[in-house]
Amino acid sequence: MKQLTNLGSEAGKHIILIIGAIVVILPFYLMLSFSFKSPAEIQSISGGFFGAQEMMIDRKCLKTESEGLMRSKEECSMLPIVYNYKAAFEEAPLLRYLLNGVIVTLSIFAIQVIIALPCAYALAKLNFWGRDVVFGLVIFCLLIPVHAIALPLYLMLAKFGLTNTFAALIIPWTISVFGIFLMRQFFKTVPDDLINAARMDGMSEFSIVWKVMLPTAIPALLAFAIFSVVAHWNDYYWPRIVITGDQDLMTPPLGLRMFKSDMDGNEYGPMMAAATVIVAPLVVAFLLAQRRFIEGITLTGMKSR
Amino acid sequence: MAGIELKGISKSFEKNEVIKSLNLMIENGEFITIVGPSGCGKSTLLRIIAGLESQSNGDVIIDGREVNNIKASNRDLAMVFQSYALYPHLTVLQNLMVPLKLRRMSTLERFPIINWFFPNRRSKIDKLKESVLQASETLQIEHLLGRKPGQLSGGQQQRVAVGRAMVREPVAFLMDEPLSNLDAALRVHMRAEISELHRKLKTTFVYVTHDQAEALTMSDRMAVMMDGEILQLDTPSEIYNKPASLRVAEFIGSPKINVLPAESNEKGDIDCMGISMSLSIKDNKNEKILVGIRPEHTNLLQDNKKNCFLGEVNHKENLGSDIYLHVTLKDSQQKMIIRSNPDISFNTKIGEIIRIGFDNNKVMIFNESGQNLNKKS
Repeated sequence: MKQLTNLGSEAGKHIILIIGAIVVILPFYLMLSFSFKSPAEIQSISGGFFGAQEMMIDRKCLKTESEGLMRSKEECSMLPIVYNYKAAFEEAPLLRYLLNGVIVTLSIFAIQVIIALPCAYALAKLNFWGRDVVFGLVIFCLLIPVHAIALPLYLMLAKFGLTNTFAALIIPWTISVFGIFLMRQFFKTVPDDLINAARMDGMSEFSIVWKVMLPTAIPALLAFAIFSVVAHWNDYYWPRIVITGDQDLMTPPLGLRMFKSDMDGNEYGPMMAAATVIVAPLVVAFLLAQRRFIEGITLTGMKSR
Repeated sequence: MAGIELKGISKSFEKNEVIKSLNLMIENGEFITIVGPSGCGKSTLLRIIAGLESQSNGDVIIDGREVNNIKASNRDLAMVFQSYALYPHLTVLQNLMVPLKLRRMSTLERFPIINWFFPNRRSKIDKLKESVLQASETLQIEHLLGRKPGQLSGGQQQRVAVGRAMVREPVAFLMDEPLSNLDAALRVHMRAEISELHRKLKTTFVYVTHDQAEALTMSDRMAVMMDGEILQLDTPSEIYNKPASLRVAEFIGSPKINVLPAESNEKGDIDCMGISMSLSIKDNKNEKILVGIRPEHTNLLQDNKKNCFLGEVNHKENLGSDIYLHVTLKDSQQKMIIRSNPDISFNTKIGEIIRIGFDNNKVMIFNESGQNLNKKS
């Protein structure tokens, strides 16, 4: 009897978890599925996950010429999957967007680390007057939503003439309060003796941050890296505000707008293909770093020694 | 090598005074142990010497030079920590190289990329490596140089920590309970090893511990510290045999010294709970006093002599070489611990009434506030 009720509650838990998983995964499933299918299949919601992959004709291709002749139907027929991904890369400079995304997210992360690590070290390990107040302010800043300060930020950047530059995409995010908080919590767990030993060895406080604290904090740093990179890779709101029109500065999410149906009906296939390409690096990075990421989050990656 | 002098050091954390105007003169090349119960301020004192903590008042003088405002890294002291505090991400070799590189190479020579422009950098590093190898030979850790601290046992980590202190050839070693994370057998072994290292290096060692066995076995002189004060500073045998006060007598010695109430009459003769001790004192006549008898100065009597206590055995500890008997005295209900020869007492049973004799010459006499009166008599 007891075993039965146990089984029941276990099943209940799993059903709830499965429903949660479906809610999260379904959009990604659709994205991936649409990126494989032909427009007709997308519209009629048929063809299962992969679609039938019947040859289709690219209508845009028919309108172009090669060697003075209109292209034939044979020349322009292709698999829907090829059509979607080809269009994704041809219709907008997707590679340029991806490169921009890499430049922006990596610069943001690098500067965030350069600023957050010494701050976190000072807040965790140094005794100075007003430390608790400063830490209180850090916590307070965690509560301010980005959207609330977007307008003053924009005005400031505009005054300096920085809109429509990479700087506008990077500067507002260089000080990560979350990063400071996360690293401070981690540094708290680093034994004081280790720092004192470094001081006895003759290290300056800056060397301690970079040569002792940084290497011991790799798991936490990795967790922070994922948070930071995911947030800024996916950010649509801020690039939309400070980048107006210049294709060469657009980040991947901004680039997706290029696929919104313009003239000929829907471009769902290429759009979803582009979305897949944009999401893929993050998914791959997360899968590679998954274990360390979870270690970092639970802050158990380091033993006390 | 250098002597260390502390002049009127005091330290308060907010209103809590941890160290009270303390003076200590550590001779050049001496092995001095600061021993005391946890929370007595001994570690704080060591950290003040190291420069990791700043004193509220007083001067730290190293080698005749006042170092109050000199950073820990510039005092040229090395410290071994209880937790060893090795850099977890570096190999043993790299761990040992860190203090050397920081001291023997300039900032630019250590800076990435810029250091490519120093042609003699390689030979410099090789030289440092040589001294690391020398130190690791002394400590027998050569075979561990390629490993990371996480792959070492406690004893090996401890050796590496000592090695890291050693390679720098500091003017003095500071050790903060370096053996307390080791198991008992290894601790005894490392005790001998550290003493030997001291004899070899002839450098000043300041060793902090709560373990009186370490203090007694290793040091040239030991300072017994309690509540932020040094109660007594002397050689281990002096402190053991002639403790300045009851607190020192109670702290040093295991099992603890037996303290019994007694009285002195007009002539100065001492009477302890009805037993005349055939001991007398010149001062403090006609006063309530305390006598201290170490367990090893008591014995189990087989025949009926005059001067003996009667007591009931409550508990028996057989250590092989000795048997300790925990006894409750008959009339006064005082507890005592007796050391006895196993040959005599192996038959003694719990609940048995025994006669306890003592060595008159070894009895310590304290007045009621705990001062030792033996010296005056």
